[in-house]
Amino acid sequence: MREAIIHIEHLSRSFGPVQALDDLSLQVPAGIVFGFLGPNGAGKTTTIHLLLGLLEPTLGRASVLGFDTRTQGDAIRTRTGALLEFAGLYERMSAEDNLDLYGRIYHMPAPQRRARTKELLTHLDLWDRRRDQVGKWSRGMKQKLAVARALFHRPSLVFLDEPTAGFDPMAAAALRTDLASLVAREGVTVFLNTHNLSEAEKLCAQVAVIRQGKLLAVGAPDELRAGIGGPQAEIVGEGFNEQMLTALRERPEVIHAGLQNSHLLIELRGESKLGPLIRLLVQAGAEIEEVRRGKASLEEVFLTLMEEEKR
Amino acid sequence: MNDIWTMLWKEAKDLLWQGGWRALIGPLLLVGIMGVYLPLQFGLAWLDLSVIELFVVLWIPYFVITAFMGDAIAGERERHTLETLLASRISERAILLGKVIATVGYAWGMALVGLLLGLVLVNLFHGHGNPVFYHPFDVFLEVLALSLLSCVLGASAGVLISLRTATARQAQQILSIGTLLLIFAAIFVLRALPANFLSALSYSQFLLLAIVVLCVLDAVLLGLSLLNFRRSRLMLS
Repeated sequence: MREAIIHIEHLSRSFGPVQALDDLSLQVPAGIVFGFLGPNGAGKTTTIHLLLGLLEPTLGRASVLGFDTRTQGDAIRTRTGALLEFAGLYERMSAEDNLDLYGRIYHMPAPQRRARTKELLTHLDLWDRRRDQVGKWSRGMKQKLAVARALFHRPSLVFLDEPTAGFDPMAAAALRTDLASLVAREGVTVFLNTHNLSEAEKLCAQVAVIRQGKLLAVGAPDELRAGIGGPQAEIVGEGFNEQMLTALRERPEVIHAGLQNSHLLIELRGESKLGPLIRLLVQAGAEIEEVRRGKASLEEVFLTLMEEEKR
Repeated sequence: MNDIWTMLWKEAKDLLWQGGWRALIGPLLLVGIMGVYLPLQFGLAWLDLSVIELFVVLWIPYFVITAFMGDAIAGERERHTLETLLASRISERAILLGKVIATVGYAWGMALVGLLLGLVLVNLFHGHGNPVFYHPFDVFLEVLALSLLSCVLGASAGVLISLRTATARQAQQILSIGTLLLIFAAIFVLRALPANFLSALSYSQFLLLAIVVLCVLDAVLLGLSLLNFRRSRLMLS
């Protein structure tokens, strides 16, 4: 079991009548990418602001790297890096000046700043453009630079708030790849706010799902998948009817069977075999074209949790 | 102190330099008016430090402050750079003082360069070989102090206004209107004073009185700015 780097206990924050965060308790282990998932307005950004000591909680407490967020915000901000909702780059300054500024803020000596600038910009393929004014760059390049800035002073923990929000799929995938390689290279713990589920699936060892300020689930993606149901099978074909569905539901290995867009979806118990079920369907007159087996995606987990919370 | 230097470096790169030689056109124009055009027009009278020189040396730097100070905080918030700065280890005090010192230094520096350039040109073209300096010397020092204090006043007021406005433009507009109100208030107070009180004062004593008033105003406004410039407040605004 890894040591927890962030402890959150019954943390709440309200803005007037709006309850942005409601009794959140959570622990984030060191050395992993921790995904904090939730729809827009779920309280993800507020959580980062509270953990950085930029806002005070209404109730509860939290500690980051052993420091209390309420009273030791300075110590937390000294040891962490952050890429908040916006890249926050000085667009009239060059890329290397933007990094140099943050190196100066963290009291890094000049030779170390120069070496680190070269190391990060080279790794991100931005070295040749280091003297450009950042305002002339594409959004993807700016966001890469902002990631480099967050990691510049070699923090042990980095907060990233929706780093690929608003990107096209190609740009998001490219940034994700850069992010994954940087995080692996630097050995840093990442607290990643996102509503991009494929991003969380690819990057995160653990995720927490939040909605309207309340924690709905937390664990490794596999654990969450297991929590909402067993393996699934999707059967494409024709001739499925209610009698077949009833027959399937009576089988002991079937948890759930239903039709979705004329595809038959079956949720199985444990590692049950599909062969007998296919035989049953064929004997009942169905024409089967394709059978796909797989686990529930994180997206399905997320949507199920959202549905349960609504109910 | 290290953090204030960092902020000064950043302001010099970002706010004042604005990434190119074109950024120098504005200040060069102002220095040209203050340090070349007016001194050559006035000749030796420029060194008498009468009301016109006082107006130029006070008003031009103050005008620069009102143009820049709104951008320094409200502008950073508008461009979403302030939030990132606040998420770093730098103290609120260093951010605020760095911005105030950078802007005041820039504006007041322009006034100093203008005065020195004017002195050199008047000596060159109107001095007839006899070196002359601004006189009386005590008034010269008082003018410099007044100019500095009026810059600090504009910068402190700019910070306070920026904390409560959403955009740099809004901050500049309110600061301009505030300045007009301040001038009207000063005129009102001067007119309300007994006539013999003012006539009993020499020019130097009058300037000294203005320095004392500005010192008090600066201390109050700068103190309020430091009290109000807090991370949690800035994040919520």
